[in-house]
Amino acid sequence: MITTKELLKIESVKPELFLAGSSSCAGCPSVLALRWALKALGKKTVVVSPACCANVYIGLWPKASPAVPYINMAFAAGASAAAGVVAGYESLGKKDINVLTWAGDGGTVDIGIQALSGAIERNTNFIYACYDNEGYMNTGTQRSSSTPKYTVTTTTPTGKHMHKKDISQIVAAHDIPYVATCLATDPVDVYNTFMEAKAIHGPKFIHILTPCAPGWRFDVANSIDMGAMAVKSGFFILWKQVNGRLEIKKKSLRYMDKQKRIPVGDYLKGQGRFSKLTKEQIDDMQNWVDKRCEKISARAEYEANL
Amino acid sequence: MMKTEQEKENILIMSGNYAAAWGAKCSNVNVISAYPITPQTTVVEKLSDFVDNKELDAKYIRVESEHSVMAALVGSSMTGARSFSATSGQGLLYMAEMLHWVSSSRLPIVTTIASRGIAPPWNIWADYTDILSIRDCGWIIQFASTHQEIFDSILMAYKIAENPEVSLPYFVVYSGFSQSHTSKPVSIPEQQRINKFLPILPEDGWGHLNLNPDKPVTFGNLVMPEQEYLDFRFMIHDSMVKSKKNIHDTINLFNQSFGRDYGGLVEKYMCDDAEVILISYGGLAEQSKDAVDKLRDQGNKVGLFKLRYIRPFPNEELIELFNSGIKVIGVVDQGTAFGNPTGGPISTEVMSLLNHTKNRIDVLPCIWGIGGRNVSVDDQIGLFEKLLYIKNNNEYPTDETCQHGTVWMGLKTGI
Repeated sequence: MITTKELLKIESVKPELFLAGSSSCAGCPSVLALRWALKALGKKTVVVSPACCANVYIGLWPKASPAVPYINMAFAAGASAAAGVVAGYESLGKKDINVLTWAGDGGTVDIGIQALSGAIERNTNFIYACYDNEGYMNTGTQRSSSTPKYTVTTTTPTGKHMHKKDISQIVAAHDIPYVATCLATDPVDVYNTFMEAKAIHGPKFIHILTPCAPGWRFDVANSIDMGAMAVKSGFFILWKQVNGRLEIKKKSLRYMDKQKRIPVGDYLKGQGRFSKLTKEQIDDMQNWVDKRCEKISARAEYEANL
Repeated sequence: MMKTEQEKENILIMSGNYAAAWGAKCSNVNVISAYPITPQTTVVEKLSDFVDNKELDAKYIRVESEHSVMAALVGSSMTGARSFSATSGQGLLYMAEMLHWVSSSRLPIVTTIASRGIAPPWNIWADYTDILSIRDCGWIIQFASTHQEIFDSILMAYKIAENPEVSLPYFVVYSGFSQSHTSKPVSIPEQQRINKFLPILPEDGWGHLNLNPDKPVTFGNLVMPEQEYLDFRFMIHDSMVKSKKNIHDTINLFNQSFGRDYGGLVEKYMCDDAEVILISYGGLAEQSKDAVDKLRDQGNKVGLFKLRYIRPFPNEELIELFNSGIKVIGVVDQGTAFGNPTGGPISTEVMSLLNHTKNRIDVLPCIWGIGGRNVSVDDQIGLFEKLLYIKNNNEYPTDETCQHGTVWMGLKTGI
């Protein structure tokens, strides 16, 4: 685990594998996360990216920001195509190449969940990273099953009716060797998580909450704060499950105490997509957050004592 | 011709599906990905035996859907691994998106199809509507009408597909049950001789696309309308058309290597002096030879023109046929294309070439064997008799099976 100070030191030492000049929206935290993920994984990495914002922000042909082999892939095929790359390398005796699927929440939680589940069940040696910006942002902000309850999107103009799907827990139920959540807006967290994943054989899943200024409707200058508030409010919990044992990450641990959490309303009200929330709806969200924090804390405690 | 000791082949009795599995094994495939579907399933069962018993050194990805099958093979082929799958009917349709991904990535993947009817209602018997409905997705499509041809075709398929001038994926197609589940002798040459025939797998992957971290390439980025998207599409069509030369060369080389001559994109049977010709493809086309023999015995100048390939389409061979003095042709589809000019896709395509001849040729399209409906030699003779009727009377038959200008053989009218 490296610190912020160490991260700053290695920034110029580790090769730059996502080059400047990408065609992302200004200040996109997904690009930030991919840059640091690649710094952790290193040159010997291949990226498979199903339909998502990344297909556009890597650059329009013939320009490209990735300095590693990068495949644009069909929407449902992020995990299955990566499994093929892994098998191809194995069959040819090529070793020590990291295979990373870099997918959005639509490609993971909705259309790609079957292929993801299959690749994990088959014990594919790869990393699947889902940068979760909580909706179909590339196509202009439609709801996905990772969109939070009450969110206004172009396909939920009066607000979504159900909570977001807990993809990391679904994945964790596969008895996967490594699953972790992290924050796109926290490069230290991203770097450490990918370093940890890289060292483990078998399927690894990383769920990255990725604040999206245009989709969530907030000032892009607040992206980093937005990520931090998601954690401080307990809305997004940083945890990892290594070889079946769940552990809450240090950065989230103190916010498992309700007294230390900021009200979830403070996190939500900074985002235009929640601007019409009523008090009852905010209470409902608070209740959802509190229950989730309680549940995961209890589980972490139980598993720590196993 | 006596075969030398070295040229001896091992003759085994096997099903059409096992012939496909043996074809993949003897092609030294590196990666297999598959999902069970009737009537293809015993191909991938046999391959599982080969891999798990270490008779074949390949990675086998047993995925959770056909979409994932073809996605996995896109990934494996991009690393430069020789990749194989087999499917049927619904499975092929479920792959459709990835089939385009394969051809547009110019990946030399080979897949065998044991064709079956499309649901609903459920139907698992011979019917080529599966392959016909995805015929324009950029894959070479070859029909194999004998068990030996299934095995041999897979070896030739890799030779053609992996040729850098071609770089296109390849389907070897045969009919469900009537070919997949019947058993016949198949001659398997010595592996060393097969290895000499097979293309050498390039160490650094395919020339145009290679996932090598030392030479990173981003593949498939968004291309704007005024950039080269159109041009990439043309190159796929251009390579497909030009692949005819590679197909001929490979068939010739195969004949030199193993002594079995598959002729070319078409097979002509008793066509030289024929006035009436049946154009057909697949397993039933092989049976048509019996109908031709019987009618020839009675003095009728009939012939069979079997399409071995429909992609690329044998334009030149058909135009030559049209200019050969024939009077009447019947074109048979074992598959449907609802609402198209003839109801059958290949009959429409064959007719599209008629403007290349000044001769008057009468054409009777036919659809037969749908969903495994039996077509006997006598049924085939009945169709030839309709064609002879057109030649002799200069008018088309008007019985109830002839609907919208096409004969639907065995159609139950008045339901």
